[in-house]
Amino acid sequence: MPRVPTETEHVPAAWPHRHLLDLERLDADEIRLLLDTAAIFKEATEGCRRKLAVLTGCTVVNLFFENSTRTRTSFSLAARRLGADVIDFSASTSSLSKGESFIDTARNLEAMGIDAVVVRHGTPGTPHLLAQHLRCGVINAGDGPHEHPTQGLLDIFSIRERLGNLTGVTVGLVGDIAHSRTARSNLWGLLKLGAKVILCGPPTLVSDRWRELGVEVSHDLDAVVPRCDVLNLLRIQFERQNMRPFPSVREYAHLYAMTSDRLKNARGDLLILAPGPINRGVEMTADVADCRQSLILDQVTNGLAVRMAVLWLTCGPRDPAPRPGIAARII
Amino acid sequence: MPSLHGRPHASPQPAHRGTLLVRGGRVVDPAQGIDRVDDVFVRDGRIVAVGAGGESADETLDAAGLVVSPGLVDMHVHLREPGREEDETIETGTRAALAGGFTSVACIPNTEPPIDTQAAVEFIHQKAARADTCNVFVVGCVSRNREGKELAEIGRLVEAGAVAFSDDGAPVYDAELMRRALEYCRMSDAPILAHEEVLELSRGGVMHEGLVSLLLGLTGMPAAAEEVMIGRDIALAQATGGRLHVMHVSTAEGVDLIRAAKARGIRVTAEACPHHFTLTDESLRGFDSNFKMSPPLRTAADVEGIIAGIVDGTIDCIATDHAPHAPEKKMLELDRAPFGILGLETAVGLTVTRLVTTGRIGWPRMIESMSTLPARILGVDRGTLRPGAVADITVIDPDMSWQVDATAFRSKSVNSPFHGWTLRGRAVATIVAGRIKYRLGEA
Repeated sequence: MPRVPTETEHVPAAWPHRHLLDLERLDADEIRLLLDTAAIFKEATEGCRRKLAVLTGCTVVNLFFENSTRTRTSFSLAARRLGADVIDFSASTSSLSKGESFIDTARNLEAMGIDAVVVRHGTPGTPHLLAQHLRCGVINAGDGPHEHPTQGLLDIFSIRERLGNLTGVTVGLVGDIAHSRTARSNLWGLLKLGAKVILCGPPTLVSDRWRELGVEVSHDLDAVVPRCDVLNLLRIQFERQNMRPFPSVREYAHLYAMTSDRLKNARGDLLILAPGPINRGVEMTADVADCRQSLILDQVTNGLAVRMAVLWLTCGPRDPAPRPGIAARII
Repeated sequence: MPSLHGRPHASPQPAHRGTLLVRGGRVVDPAQGIDRVDDVFVRDGRIVAVGAGGESADETLDAAGLVVSPGLVDMHVHLREPGREEDETIETGTRAALAGGFTSVACIPNTEPPIDTQAAVEFIHQKAARADTCNVFVVGCVSRNREGKELAEIGRLVEAGAVAFSDDGAPVYDAELMRRALEYCRMSDAPILAHEEVLELSRGGVMHEGLVSLLLGLTGMPAAAEEVMIGRDIALAQATGGRLHVMHVSTAEGVDLIRAAKARGIRVTAEACPHHFTLTDESLRGFDSNFKMSPPLRTAADVEGIIAGIVDGTIDCIATDHAPHAPEKKMLELDRAPFGILGLETAVGLTVTRLVTTGRIGWPRMIESMSTLPARILGVDRGTLRPGAVADITVIDPDMSWQVDATAFRSKSVNSPFHGWTLRGRAVATIVAGRIKYRLGEA
């Protein structure tokens, strides 16, 4: 296990990346390193409450082209916990409404001397495009339905915290797989760490093509529930759908909402996750959201730990970086 | 209305006075069944003969080791003028054509304004004449203002020199309008060039719908969106006896539909683009908008289906769908970037590299698909080296290995995903009406 980073601690050589764009392109060791680093930060900050000074002098920009409250707050707090300065930049207040391209906007921000951009955008691949045009670190905070790597990491972190190891663990991802970036990031992370993944939802939201990755696809939640160690209940992304992929919310909830009745058929130690914001009564009933197996609030805390780890690994000092005298850490 | 076939079109370049000898090349002219090493002799802009023997000429072009073919014809080119001169102009687009070995292009009428009047056709002809480059044959709109509501004045457009009709960029959506267009065009026997897409199925799409789009979270354009519309238009061609030309076929199933229609004697022809027999949807993994085009890049099985269609003749011809976009328009988020890819300056290299050097087709079939048949489908007097024919000639080095440099293109835009690729086969001289208009290495 790596030690607690200090101001002079270098990012380990096993983490060669300047960016965190997706989990698909990371290998299992890199994902473990991220999770281990998050665990260290969680402990060193006494559950993400205390501050460290490992990114003092760094500036992180939240560049959000889509509305977000919790992810942006989580990134801001994580950066501040590490001593970094944070600037919030949202599309509605920017020159984007004046017709500037998002690449020019990002380049302008970079010219102000920032260390990392945390970007959320409605179009898949936008962080990847930015990474090609910027020298600073780029962290994907959600690119359309593609990936949301820190969400995937925090979900997996939360499972690992309870179960210790993911090998052989059966995780059911239920709901709007088609439009869910959380599903894709979870899928890659879980598969790489040896978990078994079952995707469950109506055929209009869960394509048979997923089977080509070696995952199980099911359209019958009642058959899936008893087999799972973990259920991750994904939100229906009404805003991303061309045409509603089921006849009514009522019918969807009837077939795919996690209810206390369905919980009776589950293993006693089933863990329930939901990336939020949740639609109570659609993906799950209120009693399930608040039941003792629910990790929903753990996920929020762990989000801070994971984001601290990601920020430090992408922005922290690197070896062999020339570090003459005290210049490198002057605020 | 005069018949389209055999009548002169207003766009061609003036004949060059004098004589030209293209000496000692491998002359490939499928229209005459010629494939042999020989000379081509040209006088006053017309072919005198293949194998004239011993005559001296004002100018001699040594073609030893090179392929000499009737000038290549690209029947699917977006020249963007009028209206989007920041992307391409008639001059830059036709210069790109010459550099790619094309002596003729057919320009698609989705300009601003669209080419739906005699005045617009005349504008293209005049601009092309002024550019003094290659022949530009004009495709007119199927519908007035390209709105898909009522027929454009197709008869008047034919009189002005339009050789075919298309609302490309979009399908002719109204089935009744498509039926009327196919019926009405029987007067002049002009083909309808059809962009086949059911828009509801591909709405919001940026790439082929498949495993890759699923993994990338990008909205897909299913193969069925193209195939359903091909099926509809084949049925309408059968019902009307009109001539349907299916543009840029991109799916294996689409090729099968056309093959079956041809077997039943329906008047349907088809084209495929080099990118559709070269690239797959895997290319989108880098989120590069230069790989975004419509129809989209599909799967390896589709690539194989397209190539099989070219081999057996189901796909009559290769056309580029040359679609320039200025860099600032392409350097956007994938869903905001426009569809389209440059084609004119890489078509020969891609076709030779992908189809000829691999042994899938021979040179006669390549020349047939890039000259003989597109000229025949458009009904223009090109695509052969027969004595008396206009001396449009392309000279290709079949073995030249070269690296694509989009920044050196004649085209005004650079949106080619093939930048940096090494290709085999390149046009080294392009002759229009007896005059050498382009030589590789000369500005």
